Amino acid sequence: MSIPVLKFDAVIVGAGGAGLRSAIQLSEAGLKTAVLSKVFPTRSHTVAAQGGVAASLGNSEEDHWTWHMYDTVKGSDWLGDQDAIEFMCKKANEVVVELEHYGMPFDRTDNGKIYQRPFGGHMSNFGEKPVRRSCAAADRTGHAMLHAMYQRNVKANTQFFVEWMALDLIRDEEGHVLGVTAMEMETGQVVIFHARATIFATGGAGRIFYSSTNAFINTGDGLGMAARAGIPLEDMEFWQFHPTGVAGAGVLITEGVRGEGGILRNSSKERFMERYAPNAKDLASRDVVSRAMATEIKEGRGCGVNKDYVLLDITHLDPATIMKRLPGIHEIGLQFAGVDCLKEPLPVVPTCHYQMGGIPTHYSGRVVMPQGGDMNAVVPGFYAGGECACASVHGANRLGTNSLLDLLVFGKSAGDSAVEDLKAGKAHRDLPKDAADKSLARIAAIDNRKGGANVHETRLAMQRTMQDHAGVFRFGDMLKQGVEKILEVEKAARQLEIKDKSQAWNTARTEALEMENLIEVAKATMISAEARKESRGAHVRDDAPDTAEFPNGRNDKEWLKHTLFSPVDNSITYKPVNMQPLTVEPVALKTRSY
Amino acid sequence: MERADYERLRWRCIRRALLELDITLTRFLDDGFDKLTEDEKKVFVELADMEDHELWYWLSGKTECDDPRFAPVVAAIRKS
Repeated sequence: MSIPVLKFDAVIVGAGGAGLRSAIQLSEAGLKTAVLSKVFPTRSHTVAAQGGVAASLGNSEEDHWTWHMYDTVKGSDWLGDQDAIEFMCKKANEVVVELEHYGMPFDRTDNGKIYQRPFGGHMSNFGEKPVRRSCAAADRTGHAMLHAMYQRNVKANTQFFVEWMALDLIRDEEGHVLGVTAMEMETGQVVIFHARATIFATGGAGRIFYSSTNAFINTGDGLGMAARAGIPLEDMEFWQFHPTGVAGAGVLITEGVRGEGGILRNSSKERFMERYAPNAKDLASRDVVSRAMATEIKEGRGCGVNKDYVLLDITHLDPATIMKRLPGIHEIGLQFAGVDCLKEPLPVVPTCHYQMGGIPTHYSGRVVMPQGGDMNAVVPGFYAGGECACASVHGANRLGTNSLLDLLVFGKSAGDSAVEDLKAGKAHRDLPKDAADKSLARIAAIDNRKGGANVHETRLAMQRTMQDHAGVFRFGDMLKQGVEKILEVEKAARQLEIKDKSQAWNTARTEALEMENLIEVAKATMISAEARKESRGAHVRDDAPDTAEFPNGRNDKEWLKHTLFSPVDNSITYKPVNMQPLTVEPVALKTRSY
Repeated sequence: MERADYERLRWRCIRRALLELDITLTRFLDDGFDKLTEDEKKVFVELADMEDHELWYWLSGKTECDDPRFAPVVAAIRKS
């Protein structure tokens, strides 16, 4: 079968913040640039980001990028690479000011400067006291950012391919990346995008968990494609969770509900936080509350048919106070839990929010992997930025407002590196004769299979397995079982069947293709989490508790290293954390406490 | 509605920027969409093309939908 080939200097997969930011660099450098997206760009999940973007502008009070760097290293529980963290924090002011020049409507101070507000974990003078570092546009920072960058791209003649799904990375025998195969949803036509530079900006894969704040679009397509092309995935055991999402839906319930007097209860209606945190009770820190909830569920005191959630009770509060102080919570209860929270408690569960790991990259945005003794050998022609990439700046846990900063800095950096490499004169390399064969075979298998697995049921089995066995608080025995279970789910995910055989707008097929990406991420997460026998940042194990020898369960002697999961044989190798910043003294190891 | 048109609409409802809309619109497509009149279905297609925040404000009741053309369909979605 003859497959159409579209030739570009650069192809970018994903039109969220990172994709749009890198596209600006390429298009404005005069390079022919294509951006592929499953949805219209301003409907990417970046839109959901509300908190702001961190930059030590010092508009409201004294601030410095070295203080921001210290906070980020500490937040990462020292797993972040300090060269990449220095790079990001130093670049923050530049990318925020650029965004302002693109037309981003930041909130302003009375004297016209960008207004800055405090945000958890951001401190002045190396952890001394909170600092105002977050730049926001009301509660629509991500939305405003995408609009500003989309307009800039339109002006720069970036070519958008909207409602296209990228299928597979094209690599030649020498390992160079030459573009992607992709499918136009409107026609079902598969096309080769032949490019000199390929940039992944596909976002996270939070949909691997049963309870996730992520929109349905976050199916880890870039990670799945990288894995199928033999590229390892880094630090996939690290996922940030929020303690209270609506069970079964994932929609976030603000922590302000507990602040106003909300009480967590188990199946016996017991206020269980009294046992875990006798003083702070329901107002204990996010980590403590999440762990207590997970323990109650694991020990059989969860609620509902599956005993898989606990209750958040505000029925004792004055209804007028709830409606005034917690606007929206009543509606969320009605719409997503079918519960009137003034009369009944809300079902809640720790809920996945952000993926710290991803495709391993250098801070220049170039993708790296172990080759011939070099743990960080560049994969020629391949770049990544944003949540799908692991630079690694978030390490074992991410600070709020550093995610929008990540996608601006590393989106730009990936674009700059691609421009630099392309200007060095690299021509299009010849496409392998079988460039599209794997993608076509995958689609044909899904279309033609009889007696295969149902996509919805397989996805649910994966999500349940991930939630039960690799959730916010992890247990050694559960992780071991989880590895076996997820490998079973993988077998089903390799045998998907769909009923709809149409070419045009076959959403069943698209969801099956997404499922093949999700399972790569789920497997990498479970196996990486089982292997890391310490607690660090967001990876917290029951069998690696807080002791005098290992505060918070962290064991730097054995585990101060990045995980690299190889999708080729499900094996794991490790590489050292880069503790050496670019120009300043390293942030020395110490116990992470706030 | 032609199959391809419906499937395009479905994709634009099940892959939003906001999780709240993914859930709400998917549920409505499964439970309420067929009960709409042909004219209301056209209005729904327009609603599905709106920016996520504006649409969610209407569907969550945070802001009132004061457009008489959209209001009945917004109300139907809110009830589903």
